[in-house]
Amino acid sequence: MKRVLFALGLGMLSLPALAADPSEMLKDPALETRAENLGKELRCLVCQSESIEDSNADLAKDLRIVVREQIQSGKSDAEVKKFVVDRYGDYVLLRPPFKPTTLVLWLGPFAFFGLGLVAVWAFYRRRGASQNPAAPAPLTEAEKRRLDALLKEEK
Amino acid sequence: MRRLFYLLPLVGFLALVAVFKWGLNHDPRLLPSMLIDRPVPEMSLAPLPGRPAESGLSTADLKGRVSLVNIYGSWCIACVQEHPYLMELKKAGITIHGIDWRDDPVEGAKWLKKHGDPYDRVGADPAPGRAAIDFGVTGAPETFVVDRNGVIRYKHIGPITPEVWKTVLGPIVQELSK
Repeated sequence: MKRVLFALGLGMLSLPALAADPSEMLKDPALETRAENLGKELRCLVCQSESIEDSNADLAKDLRIVVREQIQSGKSDAEVKKFVVDRYGDYVLLRPPFKPTTLVLWLGPFAFFGLGLVAVWAFYRRRGASQNPAAPAPLTEAEKRRLDALLKEEK
Repeated sequence: MRRLFYLLPLVGFLALVAVFKWGLNHDPRLLPSMLIDRPVPEMSLAPLPGRPAESGLSTADLKGRVSLVNIYGSWCIACVQEHPYLMELKKAGITIHGIDWRDDPVEGAKWLKKHGDPYDRVGADPAPGRAAIDFGVTGAPETFVVDRNGVIRYKHIGPITPEVWKTVLGPIVQELSK
């Protein structure tokens, strides 16, 4: 049993394999790392929720090859990204750029969060006003004695 | 005023319904092309084997008259579906060029022999399909409308059906040919 659990545990440690097959990889590990990091930010146009590094679609493979060629030829990450965006649009970027047309995308969640805060604040303010009109008047001497008597009785 | 407030969830719900309705009719695979109104990318594609040496496709070939550039491949199933209609368009005098994408050019040539050849020129673009990437191609078939100056004016994703031709591509080609 322990052994089975151990094996299962090992399985959990394994990382998802990348789709890039070894023949595609660049010999220079530094360049290969750059290509992989770049590829993880580029969307596969066929299976659209995967990056080109994760996808095994043919077009993703082609793009991986082209990205690596460009990196090997000395282009900067920004230049390679521009190359792909020029052809496929901002859509290929898994992290969309911050610009006027994407303002709603980037700031929308914060705007909604702000609205939520305002709603919560308004709710509590209104409830506070209706349920808790003013602090109750302090007890009179007679009331205090009665309260003490009641508390003693309890004991 | 307070009562209107209770309608908010209903309004939100209706807004969601509208978004979902839009989503139903919106295919996320149909991406707007980046190449519209840009000149055809630089390319010089070799002819398919067994065909004349000058029958390949290069950028300069796309100047002078309105043409369609059709991305196909012998592996592409939807291309078979589209093919008879391309043959009809050729008969009707439309200039169509082909790019044999991600394909063994031998297979690409065989496929044209089997199904008929609607193309003026065909260029081979074997993997990794550099020309197709320059065109921003995401799948086959895809068809670009190129005007006389070699500028891309429209991109259609998926097979050309008589319906698509009559309502979309035909009018564009007609307008550009004026």
